[in-house]
Amino acid sequence: MTEIAIHAKNLSRHFGDVTAVESVDLDIPAGQIYGFLGPNGSGKTTIIRMLCGLLTPSSGEVRVLGLEVPAQAEALRRKIGYMTQKFSLYDDLTVVENMQFMASIHGLAGRDAKARIDGLLDRYALRDMRNRFASAMSGGQRQRLALAVATLHSPTLLFLDEPTSAVDPENRRDFWEKLFDLSDAGTTILVSTHYMDEAERCHQLAILQTGHLRNQGAPQALLAALQDRVVAITGGNLRRVKEEALRLPQVQSAAQQGMHLRVLLRSGTADATGYLRKHLSDSTLTLAHAAASLEDVFVASTTGGDRA
Amino acid sequence: MSSLRRIGAVTGKEFRQLSRDRVTFAMVVMIPLMQLLLFGYAISTMVRHIPVAVVDNSGSGAARFITEQVRVTQVVDVVGYYATAEEAEDAIVDGTVRAALILPENLAQRVAGGEPVGQWLVDGSDTMVSSALLGLRTMPLHLEAGTPAGAYQAATPTFEVALFFNPERRSEVNIVPGLTAIILTMTLVLFTAVALVRERERGNLELLITTPIHPLELMVGKLVPYIFVGLVQVTIILGLGHLIFNVPFQGEIASLCAVTLPFIAASLALGLLFSTLADTQMQAMQMTFFVLMPSILLSGFMFPFDAMPLPAQYIAEVLPATHYMRLIRGVVLRGADAAQLLPDILWLLGFTVVMLAVATKRFRKSLD
Repeated sequence: MTEIAIHAKNLSRHFGDVTAVESVDLDIPAGQIYGFLGPNGSGKTTIIRMLCGLLTPSSGEVRVLGLEVPAQAEALRRKIGYMTQKFSLYDDLTVVENMQFMASIHGLAGRDAKARIDGLLDRYALRDMRNRFASAMSGGQRQRLALAVATLHSPTLLFLDEPTSAVDPENRRDFWEKLFDLSDAGTTILVSTHYMDEAERCHQLAILQTGHLRNQGAPQALLAALQDRVVAITGGNLRRVKEEALRLPQVQSAAQQGMHLRVLLRSGTADATGYLRKHLSDSTLTLAHAAASLEDVFVASTTGGDRA
Repeated sequence: MSSLRRIGAVTGKEFRQLSRDRVTFAMVVMIPLMQLLLFGYAISTMVRHIPVAVVDNSGSGAARFITEQVRVTQVVDVVGYYATAEEAEDAIVDGTVRAALILPENLAQRVAGGEPVGQWLVDGSDTMVSSALLGLRTMPLHLEAGTPAGAYQAATPTFEVALFFNPERRSEVNIVPGLTAIILTMTLVLFTAVALVRERERGNLELLITTPIHPLELMVGKLVPYIFVGLVQVTIILGLGHLIFNVPFQGEIASLCAVTLPFIAASLALGLLFSTLADTQMQAMQMTFFVLMPSILLSGFMFPFDAMPLPAQYIAEVLPATHYMRLIRGVVLRGADAAQLLPDILWLLGFTVVMLAVATKRFRKSLD
């Protein structure tokens, strides 16, 4: 049995009448990259803030790295790194000045701090711009700096809140390489995202919607669970076919993708193509099983009984 | 016509936004209210109830009679009696009284000879106060039931007057030291309030509070640079005041520091409290304004403190600027020693401690 880095039970948070997070249970194993996948407003940031002790839960219990949160949050702060959604270092300080400042805050001093900063400048390719103001950096460069600062004190657990929302795909791939390096070195990483391709890279994934935990598991397992439920339809008038398909009781969702219509059937449908062939009026359509994508997993998990 | 409609659209939108911005909306009402009350209370060209001391060397009934007549003019309040002129001068230096009336041993002879009956020793640093006391110089005096009022209205004045500290009665002498209190209030409260709110607005704070830093460490660290800002400003104002306006500096540098540092601390602590109350830099500025206005009008900077009605004096006593006004004028103009001004210094330190405690309590390391 692997060690549990983060344990949350029945975690809820209300802001006035608004429920941001509702009865979420989490058991996140140490050493993994664990993803929170969900749209804006699904409660990703609120959960992360509760896990690092920035927000007090309305109810429920949280244990992070064996510490009760928020009661022992002070002790926890020495062991975690946190990268906020918005760039939160100082625009009017240079790369090195930002790093030195945060190193001092974390109690690193003298030769230790210098060596640590030196190493991070190289690892995150920041040496050439070490005297540049943070305000003059691109989105990707800022993210590298923010990650370097979040790992300054070698935390065993990293919280990354939508770290790549302002970063182009190329830099995003780079960024994930760094995350895997950290993970290989034993750091547990909790990362939130609304990008499917990023979610797919995680070891484990939690799908969130309107504050509820809808599904969790390894991406492969989640995909496998949808096997035989996705059908690609080509030919005919796809818009009309979509309308017809959505009226069928076993169809959970249907979405056009270029020349295809992807139809997701409810679990328990024995023969997906056969079912559609039988109930769709246009017999000239080509029906074929398609590999499930993470988007299908997301749709399957979040639409529940309702039609998308 | 369509132009009218567009103007109407902008106006309607403006009203809607104005009514939703609560702080601005409050200012629409509060500014006229505050200004009216402050100016109404503070501006008084009739200076009355100036605290003075009496030194009676004659011990005669005539002395008591004269003192009583001075008192009923209401220009002064007799708050103390001293045995010697030296003690009275000390009381002027430490700010207990603004003037002292010395009645000499040979009072009876002087009265008989029609000479001035006594001497006023006056703290001349505030020209409005000294004007009011100079007005007493020729006050009519009647000494016995038989003597007609106005016997002393002739060529000789009733009293002699000695103006201390500012004999030429130049207003700069009083204004320049007082200006330090106003400028420090304005800049230090604003700088600190804005400095912390800015970190919150830019998101820096969310990162900082996930680190092991203690709120008090964060606050003290942020305040220290502004202590130097305050000292630099005091040096500039008093230095230039001395060079350009020839404002004398009677006191000791050590005393200046001893009274200035507590005031800087009080201003910074107040700014810190504002920073925990304000959500935006704009709000922090508006809060500063609400302290600055009364500091200018009620602290004794523009109008003599003693001349204000009691309610205004109570409000003024809360403001750090009022206490610093007394301290800085005492040190710079009257050469007072910091030890002589202890009550105001202690008040500023107490204010600092209370504000810091409230601010630290309000600033919690969470986003709740």
